[in-house]
Amino acid sequence: MVAAAYSREEILRWLGQVADPEIPVLSITDLGIVRDVEIGETVTVALAPTYSGCPATEVIEHSVLEALREHGIEHAEIRRVLSPPWTTDWISKEGREKLRKYGIAPPQEGAGKRALLGGNVDVACPRCGATATERVSEFGSTACKAAYRCRECLEPFEYFKCI
Amino acid sequence: MNKEGALLVYVTRLGDNALVLGQRMVEQVAAYPELEEELANANFALDYIGQARMFYSYAGELEGQGRGEDDFAFLRDENEFRNLLLLEQPNGHFGDAITRLVLFELFYLAQLEALIRCNDERLAAIGARAEKEIRYHLRHNTQWLVRLGDGTDESHRRVQASVNELWRYTGEMFEADDIDTIVEKAWGGPSLERLEERWRSDINAILINATLVKPEDGGMATGGKAGRHSEHLGYMIAEMQYLQRVHPGASW
Repeated sequence: MVAAAYSREEILRWLGQVADPEIPVLSITDLGIVRDVEIGETVTVALAPTYSGCPATEVIEHSVLEALREHGIEHAEIRRVLSPPWTTDWISKEGREKLRKYGIAPPQEGAGKRALLGGNVDVACPRCGATATERVSEFGSTACKAAYRCRECLEPFEYFKCI
Repeated sequence: MNKEGALLVYVTRLGDNALVLGQRMVEQVAAYPELEEELANANFALDYIGQARMFYSYAGELEGQGRGEDDFAFLRDENEFRNLLLLEQPNGHFGDAITRLVLFELFYLAQLEALIRCNDERLAAIGARAEKEIRYHLRHNTQWLVRLGDGTDESHRRVQASVNELWRYTGEMFEADDIDTIVEKAWGGPSLERLEERWRSDINAILINATLVKPEDGGMATGGKAGRHSEHLGYMIAEMQYLQRVHPGASW
């Protein structure tokens, strides 16, 4: 079958099933790293890396090619896109909601500028919604998360860092 | 040297700075006294290794001889590395690590910000990616330098010694050679003179906040950008390159 038998929308829908390996509740389209799909002789998926050293990058690229192969697309390739750089603002509304339900406080919007100031941000507890929370550690289980604790329900939780 | 050649050397230097510092930080993984800083160090090291990969991949493409990121990292000898001497100095205590990071990252952040505006599209894009990460590092590391300097008598004494010790390696960052000049003129790259002005005003403000004394600018150690290194780099890359040297082409 030739690649042109598929539409861009269809392919994007399939990519919406590819999970982020570190936060499997998010798909790569929720995460906002799928920048483009080009259909020609081969299918080219343009992906933006999140953090420079993110170990998930190669796993994701692998999963994308795998997903396309499952739908009969043998000739596919990945193009890495650096510009404009990915920031947490690329995470979709649905993605933010999924994160919250999963127990990870979603990043604030307008991320890059806030990170500059280093001031306090209100991070709402993803479980009870209280904003009386405190940062336990600016660094967490993966490069993209910080550790927080809720002072209302006393539960620890993770916060997706803004960059 | 033509402008393409200069760009290749410039990009390789950026990769070497990121890799050598990243490797020094990797050496400290699992050696930090406290969990949060342990994670910070490992996360930051990962950013540097990631940035080195982007610079090296690009350098390989610019060179056009089929070399990839691993060839640059693992199959070059120490005199082919073009990193700053500051970054290859052996690790000391926590205060030494924080001081090195603040001294370098104040420079590197300004360099990346300028590269975002240069007229080489790829370098500008890598700069934009890396700049966000270094901004995050610097916020953390600057707070620590202030806390150590303005902390106890002991922490003040020790971090002042770190600043005094590492100061002699800061001059090299601003020493413009042909490569810097060509990249500035032909590619719209950073002016080292401007970067130095900004660095001096930033570091002065931080040192004042940290109640630390700025050392006198004495003789500055240089040579790294031309491939003349201190004895420490050879030992470092011998360990880093061991596997690829013994099993060339080994992969996961």
